[in-house]
Amino acid sequence: MLAPLFSSKLLLVLFFGTLFGLILGVLPGLGPTTGGALILPFTMTLDPLSAIVLLTSIYCAGTYGGAITAVLINTPGTPAAAATCLDGYPLAQKGEAGRALGMATVSSTVGGIFSVVILVFFAPILAQLAYEFGQPEYFALAIFGLTMLASIGEGSPIKNLIAGAFGILISTVGKDFMTSIDRFTFGINELTEGIGFIPVVVGLFAMSEMLTQSTLINQVFNRIALKAIKLPSKDDYKKTWKTILRSSGIGSFIGVLPAEGGTVASLIGYSEAKRFSKNPEEFGKGSIEGIAGAEAANNAATGGAMVPTLALGIPGSATTAVILTGLIIHGVRPGPDLFREQPDFLYGIFGAMLIANILFFIFGFFGAKIFARITLVPNKILWPMIFAVSVCGTYSLNQSIIDVWIMLFFGVLGFFMRRYGFSVVPVIIGLILGELVEGTLRQSLVIFDGNWLMFFTRPIALTFFILSLIALAFPLIRSRKFKKNND
Amino acid sequence: MKNVQKQKRANKSLPFFFRDEFKVSLVIILVSVALLITTFTFDIVPPILNRGIQPATFPKALLILIILMTLIIYYLATKNPWKVEKKLPRSFFLTLSSFVIFIVVSKTLDFFLAISALSIFVSYCWGEKRLFYLLIVGIIFPIIVFVFFETILGLRFPPGIITNIYYS
Repeated sequence: MLAPLFSSKLLLVLFFGTLFGLILGVLPGLGPTTGGALILPFTMTLDPLSAIVLLTSIYCAGTYGGAITAVLINTPGTPAAAATCLDGYPLAQKGEAGRALGMATVSSTVGGIFSVVILVFFAPILAQLAYEFGQPEYFALAIFGLTMLASIGEGSPIKNLIAGAFGILISTVGKDFMTSIDRFTFGINELTEGIGFIPVVVGLFAMSEMLTQSTLINQVFNRIALKAIKLPSKDDYKKTWKTILRSSGIGSFIGVLPAEGGTVASLIGYSEAKRFSKNPEEFGKGSIEGIAGAEAANNAATGGAMVPTLALGIPGSATTAVILTGLIIHGVRPGPDLFREQPDFLYGIFGAMLIANILFFIFGFFGAKIFARITLVPNKILWPMIFAVSVCGTYSLNQSIIDVWIMLFFGVLGFFMRRYGFSVVPVIIGLILGELVEGTLRQSLVIFDGNWLMFFTRPIALTFFILSLIALAFPLIRSRKFKKNND
Repeated sequence: MKNVQKQKRANKSLPFFFRDEFKVSLVIILVSVALLITTFTFDIVPPILNRGIQPATFPKALLILIILMTLIIYYLATKNPWKVEKKLPRSFFLTLSSFVIFIVVSKTLDFFLAISALSIFVSYCWGEKRLFYLLIVGIIFPIIVFVFFETILGLRFPPGIITNIYYS
């Protein structure tokens, strides 16, 4: 598995990817999704394996990096680290920041490695199953992926679905791929090629965050000093090993589900850790189990999310949507054929994720103190710099100034979406899945001679439709249960 | 929690057309209707060549779905109002206006100049008054980024008063 990685170039890429990912994870507002989108143009200078190794190492390390900020300044570096704040910061306030970060580092590494094992075993099986899929099955699968947006954890389910539908709508801009008829181009030539993924991602994540930061310039963070990271004690291991394993399993499973990612995984991992704990009253006050539950789950979601991305071409999370774009840009078509034709390429990715998890453990353990200092870079210096990189990065893919304007438009739109409780993640997933949804729908209707009911005669498609209904009903059941528990 | 409830109560006391849920729903519906009308201007594939559905059908269905879901969120919001958002500070509007300045300058004068101007403007508006740091943010860093993209990716930036000097 590691053999394809034994080249100095790939190891160097992996090293820098992990380092860069950690820095992105530590900086609140940035993260592996934005970072991946910003670095995507640079990957054009690399071969496909190096490019994807770079993106996946950013993904793994960035997910962990969020914990450092969550523990030290009570602000999650990435949304996936939100649950880590709940116990990480209170523990740090008690003067045990080193212990909290030590547990976060260990549980993240275990969760990450666990999920790579899941990836290695399950991705080929899923890919094998995908050989049975025709256009109607892919359509049903894409619909399942979209309905999963209802329960991604941020915002209300219907708002998420609106955002997802809007993402699909963006994918319809440009020439229709079957008939070459212009749609929503408004006479602008540059729009006939459609709206690119990078301007939308950079706009919705980086630029909208820049606008959000502009509303917070007077905010003062209470930063807790970190002396050194401490590895968990024997007592801590005894208390948490079951939680770490459980959360690793939960995180990997949630990650495999299309569109779900580390944020949902960490929230469920945390609440399950509380449910099974002998000391649930300690949660929210600095429970070491709470940190372990959240961190193992969010890092386990990284490997899990790569399963549908590589096996089916359906992103498991927002960051894997960026990785999927990276694969497509480099001419690699994810899906079952990839497993048959390029096993070395896949084993390179699996190995890279494994090494990235070990590397971020080393970097985190020895360098958390330095990474924590990155949060001291003032926003008034940091964000104008991010703007310069965002603009040049967006421009570079097609050398089009229209792309830069589109990015700014989506930045403003993303800001208002977030302000009024619409998550921006579904837009990205909708944009990625849009072409698949429409393409497979139209091709299926050609196969079925326009008879919509034929979808329900295909067992796999029918299964996905039933799962879609469950996915839509799940948030409703969850909110009723939550209400009942609160009453 | 109490704060959120207080904000929700404050929202409920406003006339319906001032509430966020009304304004947001209205904007989504208006934009969707405008786009829906646009779909009727799409070319139609003659029946003899048409395979499956017309190119306008899918976007139409999506837009109708968006309108229906927006009506649902508005209906739900009448029962459970959204919390009132804080007023946006001056720094937000300055940053937003810097985006407009960027577009105008990049279109009329120069791409590099636009990045540089925005960086200095934003940094200054966000509280950076030290000239040295403004120079780093507005001139030195954009130069590094430009040269990096130009040499590593072989990128050619759009012509402009400063970019032309660089290329000549």
